[in-house]
Amino acid sequence: MFFIMAAMLSMVKYNSCANRPFSAPWWFWLSLTGVNLAGALGVKFVGLFIILQVGWNTISDLWHLFGDLSLSVVTVGKHLTARILCLIVLPLTLYTATYAVHFMVLNKSGPGDGFFSSAFQARLSGNNLHNASIPEHLAYGSVITVKNLRMAIGYLHSHRHLYPEGIGARQQQVTTYLHKDYNNLWIIKKHNTNADPLDPSLPVEFVRHGDIIRLEHKETSRNLHSHYHEAPLTRKHYQVTGYGINGTGDSNDFWRIEVVNRKFGNRIKVLRSRIRLIHLVTGCVLGSSGKVLPKWGWEQLEVTCTPYLKETLNSIWNVEDHINPKLPNISLDVLQPSFPEVLLESHMVMIRGNNGLKPKDNEFTSKPWHWPVNYQGLRFSGINDTDFRVYLLGNPVVWWLNLLSIALYLLLGSIIAVAVQRGAHLPAEVEGLTQVLLRGGGQLLLGWILHYFPFFLMGRILYFHHYFPAMLFSSMLTGILWDTLLRLWAWSLASSSLARGLYVVGNLSLLLGTAYSFYLFHPLAYGMVGPLAQDPRSPMAGLRWLESWDF
Amino acid sequence: MKAYTPQRPRKNTGAFPGHGDLRTPSQAANDVPQGRTSAPVRTRDARRATRDARARDARALPPRKAPQARRIERRAGGAWAVPHAEQPRPRARRETLTVSPPPHGRSEAGPDAGAALRELDETRGVFEDLLLLFYRMLGFLKHPVVVTADINLNVVALTAMGLLSRLWQLSYPRAVVFDEVYYGQYISFYMKRIFFLDGSGPPFGHMLLALGGYLGGFDGNFLWNRIGAEYSSNVPVWSLRLLPALTGALSVPMAYQILSELGFSHCAAMGAALLMLIENALITQSRLMLLESVLIFFNLLAVLSYLKFSNSQKQRPFSPSWWFWLTLTGVACSCAVGVKYVGVFTYLLVLAVAGVHAWHLIGDRSLSNVSVLCHLLARAAALLVVPAAMYLLFFYVHLSLVYRSGPHDQIMSSAFQASLEGGLARITQGQPLEVAYGSQVTLKNVLGKPVPCWLHSHQSTYPMIYENGRGSSHQQQVTCYPFKDVNNWWIVKDPGRHQLVVSNPPRPVRHGDVVQLVHGMTTRFLNTHDVAAPLSPHSQEVSCYVDYNISMPSQNLWRLDIVNRDSDAGVWKTILSEVRLVHVNTSAVLKLSGAHLPDWGFRQLEVVGEKLSRGYHESTVWNVEEHRYGKSQEQKEREVELHSPTQMDVHRNLSFLARFLELQWRMLTAKSDGSEHKYSSSPLDWVTLDTSIAYWLHPRTSAQIHLLGNVVIWASASLATVAYTLLLFWYLLRRRRKICDLPEDSWLRWVLAGALCAGGWAVNYVPFFLMEKTLFLYHYLPALTFQILLLPVVLQHISDHLCRTQLLRSLFGALLVAWYSCACHVFNTLRPLTYGDKSLSPSELKALRWKDSWDILIRKY
Repeated sequence: MFFIMAAMLSMVKYNSCANRPFSAPWWFWLSLTGVNLAGALGVKFVGLFIILQVGWNTISDLWHLFGDLSLSVVTVGKHLTARILCLIVLPLTLYTATYAVHFMVLNKSGPGDGFFSSAFQARLSGNNLHNASIPEHLAYGSVITVKNLRMAIGYLHSHRHLYPEGIGARQQQVTTYLHKDYNNLWIIKKHNTNADPLDPSLPVEFVRHGDIIRLEHKETSRNLHSHYHEAPLTRKHYQVTGYGINGTGDSNDFWRIEVVNRKFGNRIKVLRSRIRLIHLVTGCVLGSSGKVLPKWGWEQLEVTCTPYLKETLNSIWNVEDHINPKLPNISLDVLQPSFPEVLLESHMVMIRGNNGLKPKDNEFTSKPWHWPVNYQGLRFSGINDTDFRVYLLGNPVVWWLNLLSIALYLLLGSIIAVAVQRGAHLPAEVEGLTQVLLRGGGQLLLGWILHYFPFFLMGRILYFHHYFPAMLFSSMLTGILWDTLLRLWAWSLASSSLARGLYVVGNLSLLLGTAYSFYLFHPLAYGMVGPLAQDPRSPMAGLRWLESWDF
Repeated sequence: MKAYTPQRPRKNTGAFPGHGDLRTPSQAANDVPQGRTSAPVRTRDARRATRDARARDARALPPRKAPQARRIERRAGGAWAVPHAEQPRPRARRETLTVSPPPHGRSEAGPDAGAALRELDETRGVFEDLLLLFYRMLGFLKHPVVVTADINLNVVALTAMGLLSRLWQLSYPRAVVFDEVYYGQYISFYMKRIFFLDGSGPPFGHMLLALGGYLGGFDGNFLWNRIGAEYSSNVPVWSLRLLPALTGALSVPMAYQILSELGFSHCAAMGAALLMLIENALITQSRLMLLESVLIFFNLLAVLSYLKFSNSQKQRPFSPSWWFWLTLTGVACSCAVGVKYVGVFTYLLVLAVAGVHAWHLIGDRSLSNVSVLCHLLARAAALLVVPAAMYLLFFYVHLSLVYRSGPHDQIMSSAFQASLEGGLARITQGQPLEVAYGSQVTLKNVLGKPVPCWLHSHQSTYPMIYENGRGSSHQQQVTCYPFKDVNNWWIVKDPGRHQLVVSNPPRPVRHGDVVQLVHGMTTRFLNTHDVAAPLSPHSQEVSCYVDYNISMPSQNLWRLDIVNRDSDAGVWKTILSEVRLVHVNTSAVLKLSGAHLPDWGFRQLEVVGEKLSRGYHESTVWNVEEHRYGKSQEQKEREVELHSPTQMDVHRNLSFLARFLELQWRMLTAKSDGSEHKYSSSPLDWVTLDTSIAYWLHPRTSAQIHLLGNVVIWASASLATVAYTLLLFWYLLRRRRKICDLPEDSWLRWVLAGALCAGGWAVNYVPFFLMEKTLFLYHYLPALTFQILLLPVVLQHISDHLCRTQLLRSLFGALLVAWYSCACHVFNTLRPLTYGDKSLSPSELKALRWKDSWDILIRKY
């Protein structure tokens, strides 16, 4: 919030320097805006909205300059470049710099590794892919782990548990699992022979694009298998199971391995080849639906065989670990991804993680329309009357005043706009006030809208505090509105002393009212002990103005 | 009838409109007949004549000229096609007057014509042909008139071609094709008058389809269960498919009308219509029982009538035709919304354009305040009030058509179900309204998720120890059971008294009263206590109290909290009241947790006492569904009574508004399964036509219907959109620097066309990126229609303003012809897949598979 306000402030400041372009303060405020934007975005993604606002302001500003025929095109070009430099290049540099620092500081492997791609992991020290050396090309007999290319899906996994009764065939579960585990290991075998390809007498045979293979689970010696049974969660897909004993199964265990965007005959490169596994009998593609299995599946993710051959990341895999004693190891240094790739990937993972914050059943959620009405607070700590309770709730007086002001502003704004459009003649003083109201107020209203309405579209879990930035804008709007109103009113009165008196009294009463309401509600913020508000003995007894406040 | 051969208007070559020439570009555009009749002309010469010739002609025949002069005058003022195109108007008017000298001193009154004449002229709207015919018939008595009115043969021809392309072999295939399987179900429901709920759209579209079934005498007896199933003989396939086909056909001439109303040349207008005509995807979609073509029709109608309205705004505000087009705009908008919710985007677009125009109107200082107010009020009434009323009307008709209960009842509230004939109404009919002490009731949870269910108990007890080692009270289970059962009955008991019958007179239970609930079959009391619930350990277990004599007292008092009470002393009413049961000792609220109990609980739903109740939530709210006054004091008799069906005879009706609100709410919140479909696609695939939908495959041969667009049209329409955007941006920048490349009127025309066509495309396309439901290629068709309209706009612009020499222009024209024949060729090639009438060989089909992503079905022999 600090950065949002700072960005707003510096934007307004540099707007007021507009008559002296390219002067020192102009440059200062302009670049400060950029810095603050980077800060706002770097703290939370909500900072995106203030960027939109500043961007909008800048574009309209440039449009204005562009229409000014007294300025040459070169000058306008200079303006444009200055803004691009300060408002786009500078924040981006700062933003990426913070990430560079982030990656530099956090260069150790950790529990979140599985979320990231193989290449990303290769740069984390402590990860087994860091400076690892493994055979480059996939050969029969290799022990491998197979990772889904979609982020946060994980490795192809199986374990000694069967699908429960009633869900497809009662065979061994196949899932994806985000963490590294021995159960992620599979042996790649030819479909027609069961001979051990690691037998030193046999020559090394590489797996090629289009080969028919069998994947045997190393721990349980069952084959990756699929058949015409519906998958546990995605009913239109086929179920994938582990089948067979000691590697002997049936023809439903055969998969054709295909490299995406390659020609026939090519070998398959570890880590870098993107492969698809196509089930030979049903013609479906091995994929993960990304849905979480219920308890019987240990809350791992569902693996299915999709009959829809559309190419999605869900059905593309790569080979990550690769153990084959017969092949020479090569170093993986080539894999070091560049910084932009890392940046991009971490963002993708974050966005997915953000979208994943869906409200669970019966979990308490607040809806965006609750916020401006101050409908419900958030209990920070303590439930019972003996606890020390902190309750997050806006000051109702301020919030309702804000709400009222927005409505009033819209009304007044449209009246004035229509009057101006009709060509009504306003006295100079009123003219000035309405300019302030329309320009400044419009700016703030835009801020409020930008920081509030996008939340209606968000599917993720929302909390009360998401409204706070918007609240700041609406409070400022309230300030402007009432100030203008009082001035207008004062101006309409004849005598100047009375007008001044009215103005002061009006402002004071607003301020005092707010302060008093703060005093009334301050126990919510600083914590309170004692009976709940339903109880008439509670100090908050009279203050439970809405049924839905449960302090 | 006079055949009027339309001619390509002379091009405006310079940067400014006509110099002394009678026909400025805007006029020339209007010169083209626009589906309305021109003046009555009786000579043979006139048939082939240009307008000048007609004027000359008219001069030669002074007595018959009055209407003609008026007509010309009206045209001359015809700069109205372009807002603010003031420049050509005065000159044109003057010249008009010179062309047509005043016969009988009447037509001199061009601007101030006699009221009667004016009215005559004004009445010519859509019905103009008819009216004029009638007028002629009257005139026939006086003069031997040969020719009546000129009808725009273009429009007629286009309509005919549209009808031909859409109606040809309409009842083929006689089998369920793709989504007909859904819409057919709804038609059957309408025919049988059975209530249904479809979350995909408002009922107007379904009703239109059902109208076809009604006219065709369909009895609704067909099982719509699988795509490709043969229709039985009682299904009037032709009349069911007629309406979408008609609307699809009419969209073709409407495209023509829209472009000419926008002020573009008749060539461009013709081009747009011809493109619509040969667009394979549009043809496929409109030949089946699907709603897209109806939606497109109403979208276009809304745009067209708005254009007609805003054009007549310049002429004669508040004239009948002005009112007619304005109202038609509102009606068409509401119909579009009523067919599918996506119609709302076109509605918003029209509203926005109307808003901008109204804003200019406000700024028009020449109008008085009162007239501005009148203008605004008229617009608000027609564009806001009328659509809202129409929308309500759709639901009113819908609800009065489907009054029988059916398979979708369960989703609705008890009150709603009770308003339907049969089903719940049969059971609840005549129940006593007020719940009294001693009443026997079933309690239904209002949330109804995951399934609608009733508060239930049975002899079984909670297991001593759960699987996870936690203990329970081992008392009788209380669950929520999704089926009707005798164990769902509860008796409301006054804690202070012992009897379980209703006293005479009955004492009603009111808000805030403390009651006990007795399970009818086991006579145990509903109870909750500080024991963790089986699946939701944060909540309290709810049980029916069994006295084990183990110092665990029964806590069976509940306070009644009527959520939707009128006053604080409100009475608990059957069906209507939504109540919460608050436990007196622990202030826990009876709640449906939604979790399924394991085998020991027979997989019924868990009911808990929620301690931390955060305000209102539907899962904590219950209503009485079945209700009767208990009469038997003895348990045995009472069991018999509980088993007997309820019967009473008071009829309660929910008001239409309440029913509408509930239905609308359920429709909007109905969960659409975002599941993948074999042919589902993402919006990104649509622009490049990287996807297709197989609609139908002949059971034996490889004749098939496949939703595929005309590739040439799709590609060029997308290109045109890009070109338009770039050009617009370029012009905007140039204008900002006060360099005007275009004359004012063509600039305004260009902007308006862009706002409607490019805007129409954008509003019908972009929102799909935010939608989470399963998307198909056909969702793109409304957007595509607007894109097709934009294409000729851009082409004409290029030819008029960017081709600087005559040579270039002719070259461009030749290119266009080549391009159009190319599009025709593609249409012809894809035709077998559009109509499904010809079985192609596998190799031919393979050859048609131009893109790998097209899943054309190839039969293996």
